[in-house]
Amino acid sequence: MDYILEMRDITKSFGEVQSLRNVNFRVAANEIVGLLGDNGAGKSTLIKIITGYHRPDSGEILFRGQKVEDLTVPKARALGVETVYQERALADLQTLWRNIFLGRELSNRFGVLQVKRMKEETHRLMVEQMGYTSSAVNPDSVIKTFSGGEKQGVAITRALYFHAELVILDEPTMGLSLHETRKLLNFVRDIKVAGKSAVFIDHNVFHVYSVADRVVVLDRGQIAGEFLTKDITHDELMEKMYRVAQTGSLD
Amino acid sequence: MTARVENSKPERARYAALTQFARRNGLQIGIVGVMLGIWLLFIIGAPETFLKKDIYRALMTSVPYWGVIALPLTMVIIAGDIDLSFISIMAVGMVAFWEGYDLTNSLGIAFAAALVSGFLVGLLNGIIIVKMGIPSLIATIGTQFFWRGVVEVVRRGQGESLTLARDTVLRDVLVSKVGGYVPAQVIWMILVALVVWFILNRHKLGAHTYLIGDNEGSARLMGVNVDRTRMLLFALVGVASAFGGVLQSLDVWYFWPNLGEGYLMNTLAAVFLGGTSVFGGTGTILGTFVGCFIIGAIQPGIIAVGLTGYWTKLIYGLIITVSVAMHAIVRRRME
Ligand SMILES: Nc1ncnc2c1ncn2[C@@H]1O[C@H](COP(=O)(O)OP(=O)(O)OP(=O)(O)O)[C@@H](O)[C@H]1O
Ligand SMILES: [Mg+2]
Repeated sequence: MDYILEMRDITKSFGEVQSLRNVNFRVAANEIVGLLGDNGAGKSTLIKIITGYHRPDSGEILFRGQKVEDLTVPKARALGVETVYQERALADLQTLWRNIFLGRELSNRFGVLQVKRMKEETHRLMVEQMGYTSSAVNPDSVIKTFSGGEKQGVAITRALYFHAELVILDEPTMGLSLHETRKLLNFVRDIKVAGKSAVFIDHNVFHVYSVADRVVVLDRGQIAGEFLTKDITHDELMEKMYRVAQTGSLD
Repeated sequence: MTARVENSKPERARYAALTQFARRNGLQIGIVGVMLGIWLLFIIGAPETFLKKDIYRALMTSVPYWGVIALPLTMVIIAGDIDLSFISIMAVGMVAFWEGYDLTNSLGIAFAAALVSGFLVGLLNGIIIVKMGIPSLIATIGTQFFWRGVVEVVRRGQGESLTLARDTVLRDVLVSKVGGYVPAQVIWMILVALVVWFILNRHKLGAHTYLIGDNEGSARLMGVNVDRTRMLLFALVGVASAFGGVLQSLDVWYFWPNLGEGYLMNTLAAVFLGGTSVFGGTGTILGTFVGCFIIGAIQPGIIAVGLTGYWTKLIYGLIITVSVAMHAIVRRRME
C-alpha cells in the first residue's frame, strides 16, 4: 500500500507531561483518517508534529516513503500539508487576503508581494467557496469583526486553497452552524474524490464516522486501536469510545 | 421616483467607497489632520516665523537625523518589539566611521564601516532578544548603556572635527543644500521612507512584520520565520541609526561622543504619534513620517508663538497624550 505519511515510534513530552508515547500513525494515499480521543489525548500534538510545528523527541517521519529530517512548517507545507488548526491561526488585525495567504504569500523570487493577485484570488474564494455575497465584506476587510464561524470559514478556505496532498483538520466544525458543518463534511468528501488525503479530528463521532475510511483512537498519548469504518457500525464505534474513556481499553 | 432610485445607487456606492476609505485609512487621515491643525495654529500664532522659509529649512535640516531611524523603528514596534538603544548605535557608527577613515583615508570606506557596524550592533540586539528570549524593552536598555559605554571608553570623551569632509562627494551627497535650499538629508529621509514603506507593504518581510506583531502564535503555526524576521528588523534599525549619526555629524562638521542623546523620546513619540500601536500589529510609515515633523516643529513653534521654552515639555506632553488617546478612540471606532 502507498502511504503518503508514516510516523514511526513518535514520542513527545512537554516538561513533565508525556503527550505522545511510541505512536505509530499512517495515512495512505487517498485515505481519510479520523482521529478520535478524549481532551488532552494528544491529537493536536500529533498533528502539530506532522505540520512541522513541534519536533518529536524521538521517532521518524516519512512522506511518500522518504524520511524527512528536521521537519519545519514551511517544509511540511512545501510537501503538500495544509492545516486547519484548532486555534485557527489567524491574525485578527489583518485583512482577509493577508490571512488567506498567511505565511505563504504569493511573491516573486525577490519576495516582492503580488498584492493584486492575492486580492483577486481572495475575492474568487469568497464568492466560490465561502459564499460571501455581502458587499460589506471584501478582501480588504479586517477579520477582527468576523463571527466565530466566519473566522473558521477563513481558516478552512485557506487550507483548501493550496490544493494540499494532505489536509489536516483539527476540530474544524468548532463554531460552525448545521449548514456550514454539512458543507465542511462535503469538502472532506471532495478531498477523497480529488484523490487526496486528510486527517480529520472531531469530538463528534458521527461526523468522523461519516467521512473517514479509517478511525484511529488515541488515548492518553497512545494509540488505543483503529477500525475501518466499513467494518464497524456507528453505534459500535460510540460504544467503544465510551469504553476507552472509562477503562482505557477498547474491548 | 425611478430617476431618484437610479441616481442614488452610484451615489450610495460612492458613499460606501468613501467611508471604507476613511475606515481603512482613519489613522493616516487623523495624523495628517493633526499636522494641519498644529500648523495652522503656528501660522496664526507666529505668522512672521511660519510664513517664511527659514523655519522649514531648519526642520528639514534637523528632523532627518533621527527621522531616518524612526521609520525602520516603526517596523520593530509593529512587530511588537521596541528598541531603546538606537541613540547609542548612532555614536557607535561614528566611532567606526572615524576608525575606518583613520585606517584607510577613504571616506567611502569610513561610511561603509559606519553602516556595517550599525547593522552588526542591531543584529546583536536581535540575537540577544530572540535567542535568549529577553524582552526587547529590557535588553535594549542594557545595550543602550553598554554601547554608549564602549564609545566613551574608546573615545575617552574626545570628539573629532570632520572638516576633512569639506568638498567631498560623500558630504555633498548626504547633507549639501540641493538647489541652495533643500537639505539633502531630507531627501534621504524621503528615500528611506519610500524604501521602508515598500518593505512593509509590498514585501514578505513587511507582511511577516505585521503578522508577528498581531499574533505571533499564528505566524509560527503558519510557518513564518518569526525569529529571523525579528532579528532582521533590529539590524535594519541599527543601519538606520548609524546612517542618522553620519548625517548629523557630517552636517555639523563634528562628531561628539554623546551623539544621539536627547533623541530617544523624540523618536519614540514620533512613531506613537503617527498611530503605530504599542501592542503591535498596526502602524504606518506615512504616520511616522508626519509624526516626525510634528514633533520636530513643536519646540521652535512654541518659541516662535512667544511662549518661553519652559512651555515646551508641557505642550509636547499634551500633544502626544491627546494624539495617542485620539488614535485609541479612532481604532475602537473602526472596529
Ligand atoms: N505547548 C504545550 N506545552 C505544554 N503542554 C502541552 C503543550 N501542548 C500540549 N500539551 C499537553 O499535551 C497533552 C495533549 O494535548 P493535545 O492538545 O495534543 O490534546 P488534544 O487531544 O488535542 O485535546 P483536545 O481534544 O482538548 O484538543 C495535554 O496534556 C496538554 O496539556
Ligand atoms: Mg486538540
